[in-house]
Amino acid sequence: MRWAIPAAVVPVLVLLAYGFRTDPREIPSPLLGRPAAAFSLTTFAGSPLSLEDLRGKVVMLNFWASWCVPACYEEAPALERTWRAYKDKGVMVVGVDVQDKEEAAREFLRRFDHSFPNAPDPRGRVSVDYGVYGVPETFFIDRKGRVRFKHVGALTDEIARRHLDALLKEPS
Amino acid sequence: MRRGFASAAAAVMLVAVAVWAAPAPAATQPAPAATQVDENIVQDVASQLRCVVCQSLSVADSPSETANQMRAIIRERLAAGDSPEQVRAYFVEKYGDWILLSPPKSGFTLLVWVVPFVGLGIGLVLVAITVRRWSRTPQAAAPSQLDPAVRERIRREMSEMDKS
Repeated sequence: MRWAIPAAVVPVLVLLAYGFRTDPREIPSPLLGRPAAAFSLTTFAGSPLSLEDLRGKVVMLNFWASWCVPACYEEAPALERTWRAYKDKGVMVVGVDVQDKEEAAREFLRRFDHSFPNAPDPRGRVSVDYGVYGVPETFFIDRKGRVRFKHVGALTDEIARRHLDALLKEPS
Repeated sequence: MRRGFASAAAAVMLVAVAVWAAPAPAATQPAPAATQVDENIVQDVASQLRCVVCQSLSVADSPSETANQMRAIIRERLAAGDSPEQVRAYFVEKYGDWILLSPPKSGFTLLVWVVPFVGLGIGLVLVAITVRRWSRTPQAAAPSQLDPAVRERIRREMSEMDKS
C-alpha cells in the first residue's frame, strides 16, 4: 500500500501544475482562421458600412464604448494614428460602438477626432457574431475576409503595426 | 483594465434602435412577436449559456444588457426555425466551449465528468481489499514467540492458583 499515496497525489499535482499555468481569464477565440462574420451597419455619419464592401482590404475591426474607462480612452489615439498611417496602403479601420448612449459615443468620437468609420451595434448582433465578451477588443481581418488575429484590451501602435504589416505582406 | 458591458437603460436602446437601419444578414427575419416562440425554450437555452460579462451567471439569470441582447438573439433564432441545439451551437461557434456552463463531455473536459466516478471506484476497491486483509489476519494467528522459560513459569503459577 506504500504506492497508494504517490499514486493519489501525483495526478492531482499534474492537474494543478497544468491549471496554474493557464490563465483562466484568457478566452481563446474559436474564430481565428475562419471567415469573418458579415455585418452591415450604419455609421454615425449616416452612411452604410458593410464588411462585404471591404473585401480585398485588410480590416482592423475595433469594438469600443464611451463608458469603457480607461482602456478605450488609452487606445483611441493609437487607432486614429494607425488609420492615418495605413489608409493609403489598403487598410480599413472600422469602429463598432457597443451598448452605448448615442450622444456619449458621438462625444467620444469628437474628442479623439476619429476620421475612420464608426457605427453603433444597437442590438449586439455584431458583437455576438464576433464573440466579443468585453471592450476593447480588436480583430484583424485579412484580404480574403478571414479573422486572423484578435487583440483583447487596449491596442497600441506597435501591436497594430505588427499585425497589419504581417497581413499586408501576404499575397492578395 | 477591461470592463464588461455596462447595462444601458432601455430608453437608450430605443434611441439606438432609431438609428439602426439594416438588420444584420445573419438575422434573416425581423424580430418576431414574442408569442411565436415558447419562452420556456428561450429560458432553457439561456440557462445553459454563460453570460459573457458576469461570467459566473447564466444568460437566463443575468440582468445585464448583454444577457438581454443574447436572449433576444436566442429568441430570434428560434423564431427563424433553428432548433435549441442549433442555437447553442451558434454561440459555441462564436465563443468556444467557454460559453457553455456545463463542460462538454468530450476531449479534455471529459475528465471533469469521469474522474469523480473513477476515484469512487478506486476507493471502493481499496476499501474492499483492506477489509479482506483485516478479516484474514486474525485467523492466521502467529505462533507465540514466548520464551520457554516464561511459558514454564506461567504453567507453574497457574497450577498453584488451581491448588489454592
